Amino acid sequence: MEGNPTAPAPDAGRRTVVSWLLGGGVAASLVSFFYPVARFLVPPQVAEVSVNEVDAGKVQDLKPNSGKIVKFGNKPVLLVRVNDTEWKAFSAVCTHLNCTVQYQESRREIWCACHNGTYDLEGRVVSGPPPKPLEEMAVKIRGDEVVISKRV
Amino acid sequence: MRATVILFLLWIAVWILPGSAAAPDSCVTCHAAVDDAAKGPAALIKNDIHIAHGLSCADCHGGDPTSDDPDVAMNKKKGFKGKPARTAIPKFCATCHSSPDYMRKYAPRERVDQFELYQTSVHGKRLAAGDTAVATCIDCHSVHDIRAVKDTAAPVYPLRVSETCAHCHSDAQKMAPYKIPTNQFAEYKTSVHWEGLTKRGDLSAPTCASCHGNHGAKPPEVESVSAVCGTCHVLFEQLYEKSVHNAVFSGAGGGGGCVVCHSNHAVHDPSTAMLAGPKSVCTGCHEAGSAPAGTATQMAGWLDGLDAALKKSETVLASAEKSGMEVSEAQVHLIDGRENMVKARLALHSMKPLEVEKPVEAGMAIARSTQKAGEFALHEKDTRRMGLAVSVLLIGIVILAIRLLLQRMESTT
Amino acid sequence: MSAAEIKTKTFEWFDERLGLRIARDMLDHKVVPLHPGTAWYYFGGITLFLFGVQMFTGLLLLLYYRPTVAEAFDSVRFIVTRVEFGWLIRSIHSWSANLLILFAFVHMFSVMFTHAYHRPRELTWLSGIALLGLMLCFGFSGYLLPWNQISYFATKVGTDVAGTTPFVGPMLARLLRGGEDVGAATLTRFFAFHVMILPLFTCGLIGMHLLLVQKTGMSTPKHLPAHDLSHMKFFPNFFLRELMVWYGVLALLGSLAAIFPWELGEKADPFASAPAGIRPEWYFLAQFYTLKLIPSHVWIFEGELLGLAGFGALALVWVALPFWSTHKPDGSGNARLATGVGVFLVCYLVVFTLLGYFK
Repeated sequence: MEGNPTAPAPDAGRRTVVSWLLGGGVAASLVSFFYPVARFLVPPQVAEVSVNEVDAGKVQDLKPNSGKIVKFGNKPVLLVRVNDTEWKAFSAVCTHLNCTVQYQESRREIWCACHNGTYDLEGRVVSGPPPKPLEEMAVKIRGDEVVISKRV
Repeated sequence: MRATVILFLLWIAVWILPGSAAAPDSCVTCHAAVDDAAKGPAALIKNDIHIAHGLSCADCHGGDPTSDDPDVAMNKKKGFKGKPARTAIPKFCATCHSSPDYMRKYAPRERVDQFELYQTSVHGKRLAAGDTAVATCIDCHSVHDIRAVKDTAAPVYPLRVSETCAHCHSDAQKMAPYKIPTNQFAEYKTSVHWEGLTKRGDLSAPTCASCHGNHGAKPPEVESVSAVCGTCHVLFEQLYEKSVHNAVFSGAGGGGGCVVCHSNHAVHDPSTAMLAGPKSVCTGCHEAGSAPAGTATQMAGWLDGLDAALKKSETVLASAEKSGMEVSEAQVHLIDGRENMVKARLALHSMKPLEVEKPVEAGMAIARSTQKAGEFALHEKDTRRMGLAVSVLLIGIVILAIRLLLQRMESTT
Repeated sequence: MSAAEIKTKTFEWFDERLGLRIARDMLDHKVVPLHPGTAWYYFGGITLFLFGVQMFTGLLLLLYYRPTVAEAFDSVRFIVTRVEFGWLIRSIHSWSANLLILFAFVHMFSVMFTHAYHRPRELTWLSGIALLGLMLCFGFSGYLLPWNQISYFATKVGTDVAGTTPFVGPMLARLLRGGEDVGAATLTRFFAFHVMILPLFTCGLIGMHLLLVQKTGMSTPKHLPAHDLSHMKFFPNFFLRELMVWYGVLALLGSLAAIFPWELGEKADPFASAPAGIRPEWYFLAQFYTLKLIPSHVWIFEGELLGLAGFGALALVWVALPFWSTHKPDGSGNARLATGVGVFLVCYLVVFTLLGYFK
């Protein structure tokens, strides 16, 4: 630099303040930028991105000719055990006005309590106001676990 | 005289003109040529379902369609029936429509009991007694341009049924001799059923025929009102039948079940205003201050409370969503809350308060948890803005520091 | 050992192996001319900085994004709702993309109006135009990746328009879409473009662009004699100023991300009808609106074809600017014409973008 040996003390003081301000500011701002990045890199607890498959309990939990509602992501799904070996699953959202359907053991049909809509065990509309059939899902038995997944 | 001349000329024309279409139907040819009222049918039949199935005028009216001579074509000996008298119309149509063997040829799944039903209806009975002002087949189905029920232009297409009934039933002059009111269509148009049909396009929503029957049209008996409503509103009927109101509202003078509170034609969206307040339907029988009136007020309070809690959640979540927070899971959970509201309103019909309390409590729990989720999201948003403010502040400090540094550096050069 | 000594020793260690002193000397000698238009020098750097932000945030998003039709939307939702600060990274990436294109245009027009494209800077101009094109491709391909309704249908419309190019149109559309329709193949393809193919070309071109800028030096206004101008050292003076500007841009990005977070939208449903008022992102709006205005047939030509031909012609004129625009030191030449073309282009773009946005 110019090398002025009689540089006044306040100037040196100001120099330090500015240096500290700059250095500290840069450091702090970089932390504020890279802290979120560091947190971002750590995978969250629930690592699954979307629901493609759901555990619906054990085989023994559901008796033949009965049904239960299972949560699939944020939609309800109706799981029906038709007999000892046959299982069926459908979207439980009625295609009329979106009420949740249920399984009727006595009639072996799927029924919607809101306006008496009825579907058969293939999801097809049997009677009542629903305009479309129920979307069918796939059921797989792995050992004694029942697994529901989207139909490909 | 003129008609004969025209017909003669046409007869010549038929020989001169090169091969016309297969087996010219003389009925259509002649009637299309005249200028008076007799022309009408010939123009209308192009939209008729019978003609579309290959039938002709003669198949209903008899006569000989191959002859151009009116004396031959319209000869009684050739089976010509002409225009039937009004009292004979249903039987006329029933010649084919009540014959399973005949109908099987064209529409095997079509019903063949329409005439039988008609004879049990008010219209049928009066017609049999000689009253020609009542509805016959052609008044609802039209004549000569009869369309299938599923044809949107048919007078009996679900969207148009009530309009067709209203043709007579909203006409004060026509209804005066029978002393029947004429406000049904007007009332029906204010109902949720009409709204479902026209605004939501839900063709399963009831029209006049859904409750009154179509061919056997008659108002349902007082006892059967709840069964009729119950064809769709199953659970409501089940609960109502077991409730105290069932016994009270049945029998002559009982008022007709569901109709007592919900009206027959002007069926509106139910609300807690029906339970308590100036428009309450309960106060019709229950004195203010009585125990039942108190129960009604209590249940109304629960339902209103649940509705308010759900609305509050909805507002908070909407506000969070608007400011950019992702709250779709809570919003989906809230749908369950609304379902509980539906269940609570259903449980009302048992007239047992404890049954109503259960879904209300479940709904309130959901409202509370979604409200919390919404508030958390809004709080998160504020935290983000705080974080932003801190970062911007730090950036500002750095920029300021650089400026000072530059000032210092450049003032010495 | 003092801090200064450590610094010197480290530098010498690397210099011995990499020849760093060449770079240091160049940096020491680099100067920036001072004149009324000096402020425009910042815009290239801002564009570069924003591209760096895109690379960085894009890399982070890549850790969680899944490029399949079944999972794309859900993975973006996952990033925005589940991953810590995912909302921030994603919104910065989306906002920065738009700012990047905006500043690229500003940079290009500032070069145009200061006539900095003249000899010997023709290659710099050409590489810059190519880079702008690449940025638009980045924008178009990246837009599809969240796989929501708007992006799906905007891509449909965009590839449809590309398909109307004469002769090569249908093949071009097929190449872009990876098939006959916008679908899973399109997503895979666009993902490949966006994260590998385009970055490779872009980095290469940026390298070339920067090298050329270093080689030819900073251009100065034609009416001021270059030797009369005062200068500022690039390092540290101009560099510090640039740092301020870049920090300011960062503050802007953070504010936009926090206050106007980017929407998730609804998952794409190819069987639903296109959302009402579907239109491409703003940087394609001017052309989109122009094509909408042109009647379907003009004389014997198809309207759309005419529109595309018009764009092509204008683009050609623009790209070839350094070759037909002349500037003599005595002030003659067609500099006025060139400026006129520039003004026309800016006005057309601004007006038609606004029209496209509000109509």
